[in-house]
Amino acid sequence: MDIFKIIDDFQKIDGDAAGRLEFATRRHFMNRIGSKLATVAVPTVFASIVNKAYAQSAKAIDVLNFALTLEYLEDEFYKAGNAAANLIPASDKTIFTQIGKHESQHVAFLVKALGDKAIKKPTFDFKYGGAFNDVFTNYKTFVTVSSALEDTGVRAYKGQAGELLADAQILEYALQVHSVEARHAAMTRRLAATVTANPAMKGWITGKEGAVAAIYAGEDNMTQGGVNLKGLASKSDAAITEAFDEPLTKAAVLAIAGPFIKA
Amino acid sequence: MNRQTKSKIDSGKEEGASASVVNRRLFLRSAGLATSLGTIVIAAACNDDDPDPMIPGTGDSVDLGSGDVGVLNYAYALEQLEAAFYTQVIATPFAGITDAEKTILTDIRDHEIIHRDFFKKALGDKAIKDLTPNFATIDFTKRDAVLGAAKLFEDTGVAAYNGAGRLLKDGGNLLLAGKIVSVEARHAAVIRDLLKPKSADFAGDDIINENGFDKAVAPADILAAVKGYVKDTITGANVGK
Repeated sequence: MDIFKIIDDFQKIDGDAAGRLEFATRRHFMNRIGSKLATVAVPTVFASIVNKAYAQSAKAIDVLNFALTLEYLEDEFYKAGNAAANLIPASDKTIFTQIGKHESQHVAFLVKALGDKAIKKPTFDFKYGGAFNDVFTNYKTFVTVSSALEDTGVRAYKGQAGELLADAQILEYALQVHSVEARHAAMTRRLAATVTANPAMKGWITGKEGAVAAIYAGEDNMTQGGVNLKGLASKSDAAITEAFDEPLTKAAVLAIAGPFIKA
Repeated sequence: MNRQTKSKIDSGKEEGASASVVNRRLFLRSAGLATSLGTIVIAAACNDDDPDPMIPGTGDSVDLGSGDVGVLNYAYALEQLEAAFYTQVIATPFAGITDAEKTILTDIRDHEIIHRDFFKKALGDKAIKDLTPNFATIDFTKRDAVLGAAKLFEDTGVAAYNGAGRLLKDGGNLLLAGKIVSVEARHAAVIRDLLKPKSADFAGDDIINENGFDKAVAPADILAAVKGYVKDTITGANVGK
């Protein structure tokens, strides 16, 4: 059996392989620059590769830096939470370690992707100006804030997808991060349902119910793609709103995240 | 100067060499998706008379169409399969199903039915026909078989939407797909938490890569992976084109 023949056939079927390959090869190449190929020619080659790969439009840079701001926030939040003594019960440690790992990976990827265009990490106030004073000492508060952050993250990425229409590869990366945030959101909502003893709270968002009104505003939307879905398939309004997650504008996200950012 | 020239040649060679490594990895990754679906099918088929479930039945041939309509029909096809699957799950609950599990699976069934009927309505006369699912290989009486299949359907759905996003031309359609994919990802996480409660599996290392990225898989690979679950022969060669 000729494995290379199979790979070639596979590439013919998978039209996307070429694009992904281009990026992966480039990334592999960049890793090598650090080790073996540090010569005079490299900086120019490196710069042109990075520009071609990531900086295809000013819009994309804006979106990536916006995403980086939120990922910095989440990463720092879980670093502090995971490090706090007597906060997260042993039974739930694995969950928050996994979430924290992903947020660190998202930060690392975005910083690398943006290169010298990456914004600096802000200074954060996780007590939200005094509203969450016990966020790292009271597990209930920690889980509630975590769940709110994840739901906001999902809505933030969703709101930016349209800005990346011209940058197919960056759009795909954003979508790949977006669904990971949604997995986190579902899991933290399940924990939040337990710690707040609220069985009505599920992995999905029902109507616009939530701890912080601004985070869930518009989640009760019943019209999708210009089609009013009320009564569709004889399902309840609650089910219809659960079946679709809604976006938030950048301004709305920054209004929510703003109090977390000191400077 | 010599040095510079040499490094350029070297870097070209390195790119060539790493390309084949990457080719192999991509191939194995995509093959892994198909294989994991195949394993369940084969394992389940041992108790079944169906000779080869991965060969589609004698149903109709269905072309998803081209451009954005093709992508939406692709999503509609997957939602049809998911809706049919969960309808069966609720109609014939597995042995020992708990109230909490029934609530979750009923919610998911309703979401998938809403997705399916929404696409049908939005596509209007451009919608593909009603597909005929083939779940003969899934043992609906067993919890592990049902939740295992649910996990595969949800993870596959997420990878499918993630891979199809870049094929869309219209921002409105992209937003719509985005509104649905995060709900599918929520389903995937919850199903995974039912299978392995409070573990890292809700966003496990088997599905999320070292950049913290979920999977994105192109339509051809997804259609190949799900073909054992549908009697019709689905072609998506022009999806997004």
